[in-house]
Amino acid sequence: MAGVAAEYFLEAIVIKPIRLRGKIKNGIAEVKALLPHPMETGARVDSEGALVPAHYIEEVVCQRNGEMVLRAEWGASVSKDPYFSFKLHNSTVGDKITISWTDNLGDTATGDITLA
Amino acid sequence: MHRRALVKGLATLLSLGLLPLNLYARAVAAFTAEQAADVYRELFGSAAILPSDRIHIKAPEIAENGAVVPITVSTDLANTQSISVVIDENPNPLSGTFYLTEDSAPEFSLRVKMGRSSTIRALVRTADGVYMSGRQVKVTIGGCGG
Repeated sequence: MAGVAAEYFLEAIVIKPIRLRGKIKNGIAEVKALLPHPMETGARVDSEGALVPAHYIEEVVCQRNGEMVLRAEWGASVSKDPYFSFKLHNSTVGDKITISWTDNLGDTATGDITLA
Repeated sequence: MHRRALVKGLATLLSLGLLPLNLYARAVAAFTAEQAADVYRELFGSAAILPSDRIHIKAPEIAENGAVVPITVSTDLANTQSISVVIDENPNPLSGTFYLTEDSAPEFSLRVKMGRSSTIRALVRTADGVYMSGRQVKVTIGGCGG
Protein backbone atom coordinates (compact mmCIF):
# COMPACT_ATOMS: atom_id res chain seq x y z
CA MET A 1 0.00 0.00 0.00
CA ALA A 2 2.96 2.32 -0.58
CA GLY A 3 1.96 5.78 -1.71
CA VAL A 4 -1.11 5.99 0.51
CA ALA A 5 -0.91 8.54 3.31
CA ALA A 6 -0.34 6.89 6.68
CA GLU A 7 -2.98 8.91 8.49
CA TYR A 8 -5.67 7.33 6.36
CA PHE A 9 -5.06 4.01 8.00
CA LEU A 10 -6.17 5.53 11.28
CA GLU A 11 -9.85 5.78 12.08
CA ALA A 12 -9.30 9.46 12.62
CA ILE A 13 -11.89 10.93 10.30
CA VAL A 14 -14.75 12.23 12.40
CA ILE A 15 -17.77 13.03 10.29
CA LYS A 16 -20.06 15.68 11.70
CA PRO A 17 -23.84 15.18 11.73
CA ILE A 18 -26.10 16.16 8.84
CA ARG A 19 -27.58 19.65 9.15
CA LEU A 20 -31.05 20.33 7.76
CA ARG A 21 -33.27 23.34 7.35
CA GLY A 22 -36.75 23.38 5.92
CA LYS A 23 -39.55 25.81 5.29
CA ILE A 24 -42.99 25.53 3.74
CA LYS A 25 -44.69 27.94 1.41
CA ASN A 26 -47.96 27.15 -0.34
CA GLY A 27 -47.58 23.43 0.22
CA ILE A 28 -44.07 23.34 -1.20
CA ALA A 29 -41.29 22.50 1.22
CA GLU A 30 -37.80 23.77 0.51
CA VAL A 31 -35.19 21.65 2.22
CA LYS A 32 -31.56 22.69 2.57
CA ALA A 33 -29.11 19.99 3.56
CA LEU A 34 -25.47 20.12 4.57
CA LEU A 35 -23.84 16.69 4.62
CA PRO A 36 -20.35 16.93 6.15
CA HIS A 37 -18.08 14.50 4.29
CA PRO A 38 -14.49 14.66 2.92
CA MET A 39 -15.58 13.75 -0.64
CA GLU A 40 -12.08 12.64 -1.64
CA THR A 41 -11.80 11.89 -5.35
CA GLY A 42 -8.90 9.47 -5.01
CA ALA A 43 -6.79 11.74 -7.23
CA ARG A 44 -5.69 14.24 -4.60
CA VAL A 45 -2.11 14.19 -3.37
CA ASP A 46 -1.47 15.26 0.24
CA SER A 47 1.34 17.50 1.51
CA GLU A 48 3.74 14.53 1.70
CA GLY A 49 3.10 13.53 -1.90
CA ALA A 50 0.93 10.53 -1.09
CA LEU A 51 -2.33 9.79 -2.86
CA VAL A 52 -5.40 10.24 -0.65
CA PRO A 53 -7.80 7.31 -1.16
CA ALA A 54 -11.22 7.91 -2.67
CA HIS A 55 -13.88 8.54 -0.02
CA TYR A 56 -17.16 10.01 -1.15
CA ILE A 57 -20.91 9.80 -0.75
CA GLU A 58 -22.44 7.52 -3.37
CA GLU A 59 -26.11 7.67 -2.52
CA VAL A 60 -28.46 10.11 -0.83
CA VAL A 61 -32.02 9.17 0.03
CA CYS A 62 -34.69 11.60 1.15
CA GLN A 63 -37.83 10.35 2.84
CA ARG A 64 -40.94 12.20 3.92
CA ASN A 65 -42.83 10.55 6.75
CA GLY A 66 -41.00 7.34 5.94
CA GLU A 67 -41.75 7.33 2.22
CA MET A 68 -38.97 7.90 -0.31
CA VAL A 69 -39.48 11.14 -2.22
CA LEU A 70 -36.05 11.71 -3.77
CA ARG A 71 -32.95 9.63 -4.37
CA ALA A 72 -29.60 10.73 -5.72
CA GLU A 73 -26.46 8.94 -6.88
CA TRP A 74 -23.33 11.04 -6.58
CA GLY A 75 -19.78 10.79 -7.84
CA ALA A 76 -16.62 12.15 -6.21
CA SER A 77 -16.99 15.47 -8.06
CA VAL A 78 -19.65 16.70 -5.68
CA SER A 79 -17.85 19.26 -3.50
CA LYS A 80 -16.50 18.52 -0.03
CA ASP A 81 -19.14 18.81 2.71
CA PRO A 82 -21.96 18.61 0.13
CA TYR A 83 -24.67 21.20 0.30
CA PHE A 84 -27.81 20.61 -1.66
CA SER A 85 -31.34 21.88 -1.62
CA PHE A 86 -34.53 20.64 -3.19
CA LYS A 87 -38.28 21.17 -3.11
CA LEU A 88 -41.12 18.82 -2.25
CA HIS A 89 -44.70 19.28 -3.41
CA ASN A 90 -47.72 18.39 -1.25
CA SER A 91 -45.93 19.11 2.01
CA THR A 92 -47.57 20.12 5.27
CA VAL A 93 -46.46 21.40 8.66
CA GLY A 94 -45.38 18.46 10.80
CA ASP A 95 -43.99 16.41 7.93
CA LYS A 96 -40.81 14.62 8.96
CA ILE A 97 -38.03 14.86 6.38
CA THR A 98 -35.23 12.31 6.72
CA ILE A 99 -32.00 12.39 4.74
CA SER A 100 -29.47 9.62 4.73
CA TRP A 101 -26.28 8.98 2.82
CA THR A 102 -24.10 5.97 2.10
CA ASP A 103 -20.49 6.38 1.04
CA ASN A 104 -18.12 4.22 -0.99
CA LEU A 105 -16.70 2.67 2.18
CA GLY A 106 -20.14 1.55 3.29
CA ASP A 107 -20.53 4.15 6.03
CA THR A 108 -23.87 5.86 6.49
CA ALA A 109 -25.40 8.81 8.30
CA THR A 110 -28.96 9.98 8.80
CA GLY A 111 -30.52 13.26 9.84
CA ASP A 112 -34.07 14.50 10.09
CA ILE A 113 -36.16 17.61 10.54
CA THR A 114 -39.82 18.25 11.22
CA LEU A 115 -41.28 20.96 9.02
CA ALA A 116 -42.67 23.85 11.04
CA MET B 1 -10.71 -1.12 13.33
CA HIS B 2 -14.19 -2.05 14.49
CA ARG B 3 -15.78 -0.23 11.59
CA ARG B 4 -13.86 -2.27 9.02
CA ALA B 5 -14.94 -5.48 10.74
CA LEU B 6 -18.52 -4.27 10.68
CA VAL B 7 -18.32 -3.35 7.01
CA LYS B 8 -16.80 -6.70 6.23
CA GLY B 9 -19.53 -8.44 8.20
CA LEU B 10 -22.21 -6.50 6.36
CA ALA B 11 -20.59 -7.30 3.04
CA THR B 12 -20.70 -10.98 3.94
CA LEU B 13 -24.36 -10.74 4.89
CA LEU B 14 -25.06 -8.92 1.65
CA SER B 15 -23.28 -11.54 -0.39
CA LEU B 16 -25.41 -14.18 1.31
CA GLY B 17 -28.50 -12.20 0.40
CA LEU B 18 -29.45 -11.72 4.04
CA LEU B 19 -29.77 -7.95 3.91
CA PRO B 20 -32.11 -6.14 1.51
CA LEU B 21 -29.85 -3.10 1.19
CA ASN B 22 -29.27 -3.30 -2.53
CA LEU B 23 -32.66 -1.94 -3.57
CA TYR B 24 -31.17 0.25 -6.29
CA ALA B 25 -28.21 -0.65 -8.45
CA ARG B 26 -25.82 2.27 -8.78
CA ALA B 27 -25.00 3.29 -12.35
CA VAL B 28 -21.34 2.35 -11.76
CA ALA B 29 -20.20 2.36 -15.39
CA ALA B 30 -21.69 5.83 -15.93
CA PHE B 31 -19.73 7.18 -12.95
CA THR B 32 -16.43 5.61 -14.02
CA ALA B 33 -16.78 6.68 -17.68
CA GLU B 34 -14.13 9.19 -18.76
CA GLN B 35 -15.94 10.76 -21.72
CA ALA B 36 -19.30 12.50 -21.65
CA ALA B 37 -20.47 10.41 -24.63
CA ASP B 38 -19.81 7.23 -22.64
CA VAL B 39 -21.79 8.63 -19.72
CA TYR B 40 -24.76 9.22 -22.03
CA ARG B 41 -24.55 5.71 -23.42
CA GLU B 42 -24.38 4.15 -19.95
CA LEU B 43 -27.30 6.21 -18.67
CA PHE B 44 -29.59 6.30 -21.67
CA GLY B 45 -28.46 3.55 -24.05
CA SER B 46 -29.15 4.54 -27.64
CA ALA B 47 -31.95 6.99 -26.80
CA ALA B 48 -31.76 10.25 -28.75
CA ILE B 49 -30.71 13.24 -26.62
CA LEU B 50 -32.53 16.38 -27.72
CA PRO B 51 -31.45 19.93 -26.89
CA SER B 52 -34.03 21.76 -24.79
CA ASP B 53 -34.48 25.37 -23.70
CA ARG B 54 -36.82 24.18 -20.96
CA ILE B 55 -33.91 23.06 -18.80
CA HIS B 56 -32.39 25.85 -16.77
CA ILE B 57 -28.87 25.80 -15.35
CA LYS B 58 -27.74 28.53 -13.00
CA ALA B 59 -23.99 28.63 -12.55
CA PRO B 60 -21.34 31.33 -12.31
CA GLU B 61 -19.80 32.39 -15.63
CA ILE B 62 -16.42 32.46 -13.94
CA ALA B 63 -15.69 30.23 -10.95
CA GLU B 64 -12.69 31.44 -9.00
CA ASN B 65 -12.49 28.23 -7.02
CA GLY B 66 -13.17 25.05 -9.00
CA ALA B 67 -13.49 23.08 -5.76
CA VAL B 68 -16.85 24.69 -5.01
CA VAL B 69 -19.00 25.68 -7.97
CA PRO B 70 -22.63 26.30 -6.98
CA ILE B 71 -25.20 25.20 -9.55
CA THR B 72 -28.98 25.17 -9.65
CA VAL B 73 -30.78 22.99 -12.16
CA SER B 74 -34.48 23.12 -12.89
CA THR B 75 -36.80 22.19 -15.70
CA ASP B 76 -40.39 22.78 -16.71
CA LEU B 77 -40.46 19.66 -18.88
CA ALA B 78 -43.39 17.46 -17.88
CA ASN B 79 -43.09 14.06 -16.22
CA THR B 80 -39.45 14.40 -15.25
CA GLN B 81 -38.00 11.13 -14.00
CA SER B 82 -34.36 11.98 -13.44
CA ILE B 83 -31.85 14.79 -13.81
CA SER B 84 -28.14 14.11 -14.32
CA VAL B 85 -25.29 16.60 -14.05
CA VAL B 86 -22.36 16.08 -16.43
CA ILE B 87 -19.15 18.17 -16.46
CA ASP B 88 -17.44 17.44 -19.78
CA GLU B 89 -13.84 18.18 -18.81
CA ASN B 90 -13.77 16.40 -15.43
CA PRO B 91 -11.84 13.10 -15.27
CA ASN B 92 -15.18 11.37 -14.61
CA PRO B 93 -17.76 13.68 -16.19
CA LEU B 94 -20.84 12.40 -14.32
CA SER B 95 -21.33 14.29 -11.05
CA GLY B 96 -24.68 12.92 -10.05
CA THR B 97 -28.15 11.78 -10.97
CA PHE B 98 -31.27 12.78 -9.06
CA TYR B 99 -34.18 10.36 -9.32
CA LEU B 100 -37.43 12.20 -8.78
CA THR B 101 -40.85 11.12 -7.62
CA GLU B 102 -44.19 12.83 -8.20
CA ASP B 103 -43.63 14.78 -4.99
CA SER B 104 -40.12 16.08 -5.69
CA ALA B 105 -39.94 19.24 -7.75
CA PRO B 106 -37.56 19.06 -10.76
CA GLU B 107 -35.28 21.63 -9.18
CA PHE B 108 -32.20 21.35 -6.99
CA SER B 109 -29.05 23.17 -6.00
CA LEU B 110 -25.69 21.50 -5.53
CA ARG B 111 -22.02 22.40 -5.33
CA VAL B 112 -19.62 20.60 -7.63
CA LYS B 113 -15.88 20.38 -8.32
CA MET B 114 -14.46 21.37 -11.68
CA GLY B 115 -10.92 20.45 -12.69
CA ARG B 116 -10.87 23.19 -15.31
CA SER B 117 -13.13 25.28 -17.52
CA SER B 118 -15.89 23.14 -18.95
CA THR B 119 -19.44 22.88 -20.12
CA ILE B 120 -21.80 21.82 -17.34
CA ARG B 121 -24.73 19.85 -18.72
CA ALA B 122 -28.04 18.84 -17.27
CA LEU B 123 -29.67 15.79 -18.83
CA VAL B 124 -33.32 15.28 -18.08
CA ARG B 125 -35.09 12.01 -18.62
CA THR B 126 -38.85 12.37 -18.93
CA ALA B 127 -41.57 9.91 -19.82
CA ASP B 128 -41.11 11.12 -23.44
CA GLY B 129 -37.34 11.03 -23.90
CA VAL B 130 -34.01 12.53 -22.92
CA TYR B 131 -33.30 16.26 -23.09
CA MET B 132 -30.16 18.27 -22.50
CA SER B 133 -28.97 21.78 -21.87
CA GLY B 134 -25.50 23.11 -21.16
CA ARG B 135 -23.69 26.12 -19.77
CA GLN B 136 -20.05 27.12 -20.05
CA VAL B 137 -18.19 27.81 -16.80
CA LYS B 138 -14.69 29.25 -16.72
CA VAL B 139 -12.53 28.03 -13.86
CA THR B 140 -9.65 30.12 -12.55
CA ILE B 141 -8.22 27.57 -10.10
CA GLY B 142 -9.04 23.89 -10.66
CA GLY B 143 -10.73 21.97 -7.88
CA CYS B 144 -9.96 18.32 -8.30
CA GLY B 145 -6.98 18.38 -5.98
CA GLY B 146 -3.57 17.70 -7.38
